[in-house]
Amino acid sequence: MNNYFQLFGLTEQFSLDQAALMQTYRDLQKSVHPDHYANQGQQAQRLAVQKSAQINDAYQTLKSPLLRAQYMLLLVGVELKGEQQTLRDPMFLMQQMEWREELDDLKRSQDIDKLEAFSDAISAERAALNSNIASAFDAGEHRQDVQTWANEVRKLSFMDKLLTEIAQAEDALDY
Amino acid sequence: MALLQIAEPGQSAAPHQKKLAIGIDLGTTHSLVATVRSGQSETLLDSHGRAILPSVVGYQTEQVLTGYDALANSEQDPANTIVSVKRFMGRSLADVKARAQSFPYNFTTTDNGLVAFNTPRGKVNAIEVSAELLSQLKQRAQSALSGDIDGAVITVPAYFDDAQRQATKDAAELAGLNVLRLINEPTAAALAYGLDSGDEGVIVVYDLGGGTFDVSVLRLQKGIFEVLATGGDSVLGGDDFDQLLVADFIRGAGLTTAQLSSSDVRHLANVARQTKEQLSDAASVVAELMLSTGKYQIDVSRQHFESLIDSLVRKTLRASKRALKDAGINLDEILQVVMVGGSTRVPKVRADVAELFGKQPLTTIDPDQVVALGAAIQADVLVGNKSADDMLLLDVIPLSLGLETMGGLVEKVIPRNSTIPIAKAQEFTTFKDGQTAMMIHVLQGERELVDDCRSLARFTLTDIPPLAAGAAHIRVTFQVDADGLLSVSAMEKSTGVSASIDVKPSYGLSEDEITHMIKSSITHAEQDMGARMLAEQRVEADRVLEALIVALAADGDKLLSCSEREALEAGMLELKQIADGDDDKAIEQAIEQVNQLSEQFAARRMDLSIRTALAGHKVDEV
Repeated sequence: MNNYFQLFGLTEQFSLDQAALMQTYRDLQKSVHPDHYANQGQQAQRLAVQKSAQINDAYQTLKSPLLRAQYMLLLVGVELKGEQQTLRDPMFLMQQMEWREELDDLKRSQDIDKLEAFSDAISAERAALNSNIASAFDAGEHRQDVQTWANEVRKLSFMDKLLTEIAQAEDALDY
Repeated sequence: MALLQIAEPGQSAAPHQKKLAIGIDLGTTHSLVATVRSGQSETLLDSHGRAILPSVVGYQTEQVLTGYDALANSEQDPANTIVSVKRFMGRSLADVKARAQSFPYNFTTTDNGLVAFNTPRGKVNAIEVSAELLSQLKQRAQSALSGDIDGAVITVPAYFDDAQRQATKDAAELAGLNVLRLINEPTAAALAYGLDSGDEGVIVVYDLGGGTFDVSVLRLQKGIFEVLATGGDSVLGGDDFDQLLVADFIRGAGLTTAQLSSSDVRHLANVARQTKEQLSDAASVVAELMLSTGKYQIDVSRQHFESLIDSLVRKTLRASKRALKDAGINLDEILQVVMVGGSTRVPKVRADVAELFGKQPLTTIDPDQVVALGAAIQADVLVGNKSADDMLLLDVIPLSLGLETMGGLVEKVIPRNSTIPIAKAQEFTTFKDGQTAMMIHVLQGERELVDDCRSLARFTLTDIPPLAAGAAHIRVTFQVDADGLLSVSAMEKSTGVSASIDVKPSYGLSEDEITHMIKSSITHAEQDMGARMLAEQRVEADRVLEALIVALAADGDKLLSCSEREALEAGMLELKQIADGDDDKAIEQAIEQVNQLSEQFAARRMDLSIRTALAGHKVDEV
């Protein structure tokens, strides 16, 4: 059973060339997509659908920094997706509450400029966190200190969610 | 070698023999069929030289009318003349009643609540009505191409949900078509335009048809048509423009809906459509109404019409903006905007779309024909006439799929705009000791509450091994195939026992009901059920054998041991002999046997093609 990195012929590391990833994805889909097997009987169709779906899933996972980080943790035995456990980092929890309150205030004030400034600030924080994770994962630190890096990835997940909510709030003001 | 005995000259089709493949646009107001001839996609005409088949079916005691014949009779017999049947596909009677529009039909329902119509020929449902249109187009294609059709691509609105797609596929099956693929209408249009122009970049397809609105954002690059996002409304189209005019006419004539007969209602809809069409060229039109209460003349200016439809057009613009956002594309990255569907002839629609995107939309290919033309191109590839290496469609699922959880909430399993095919597994556990069954409710939609999403199906998992509460882990896999259709499988993890699934589609028909429909349609299809089953099994046997012969020639030596190859070839030979006989059940079994024998081979070939793709890629990079 190939892992997603192997499926794409990549070494297992966090930093990867997005353009090359997309090119590999397209080449792989060209070779296994069910459209190539449309007239070859139902068994071939079934197999092609499964393979093609696997490649789609692998591509989505490898493409997204958050999903990629979660997947690399899964490969060392920590499953973060759908977990119930919350973050044990009082500092970050405080920070999280402040950000949420700020978003609520901005939603109420309907100030699109401030909302955008807030969005930029969070994006910058997220980028910094992402780059920390990238260098640590590339150096293999997530294997040695699984819990610390699982926590950092939990933070990344929270920030992605927050950014989605900010975008939704901006949308709501747009119309 | 056994191989030679299987491939007798002239017996199995040579790989290069051209197959007959068609693309069908099964539209709300009209339908078309197209094919690729001498490298060019073209629509096929009826005996009067017309490309369009109005999507109208009239049920009379003696006969079933379709197209122009049915349309001509629509005002005389509105109750039995079904127009815009597409709007009823995969819908319940309750759904239809929830719409403000009044219909002249004698509605009834199928056993599980789908819309059906009482007619002089008995109860017919939307799938059967659509199958009449598809049969008509199939016959047209057979006579134009002088032969049996090997396969068809049928288009559906991108925004169609699972029930609507399944209904379309069922209709095609009922019409005796081998469905190669359901493809999305905007994607088909992009294919027709993209291959025509050879452009590369991001294009937006704005598709406003008679009954549905779709918008798709695609990236075209080196023959790959990758849909980035799609959006729309499966009940918004030119028909709704007409309905607004009808309401305006009724007000203008000082009448109320209660005073109108069903012939009046149909007449008003016909006049409204003509008025709308005339207003595309004229600044104002006098609509002449001949109703049972008298004759009326109503002045309609283009400006007035535009004010009537303004909110509907704005709705399409909002959906377009959302699709762009979902795709992560800015307005300035868009290379082209393509207009599809008859309703894009309305000047206001063109102007508003041009304003939103900041560029003039393309209309060089007839917006009524472009979808069928694109579908034919894809059919030509899928049936094997054209190499699939040159072209690939990667489409997405338009609406999220989710499951009902505690408290009537929906948990998303597959988010909208995920590239298909896609499979996601979800784990469930039992909450009682010895629990052996479990109910799962699958929904489609973006909202958080079950009541706001569309129910697709309820599954009962049975045969779960009786274990302590929480000890049984059931892994349920949701798979959406390249047609955008959902299937579900389940397995208990600790014991490896696969749990049985009993599917109850909320708005669809069961296999039995479909078989029953095929049986009861025999009366006016020329062939009988047995002959049809036999023909279908023979075609599948041919397909399997032909594909294997090609595969063995290419990779047989590399991937199979001598004994594996001998066993497979023996099975193929047996299938070939049985397929010459008349027993469809025996052919089905022989196909299954060959499938088992070739399963390893097929899997190895798939892995080989992945390795080859990767190797080729690395060479490029170095």
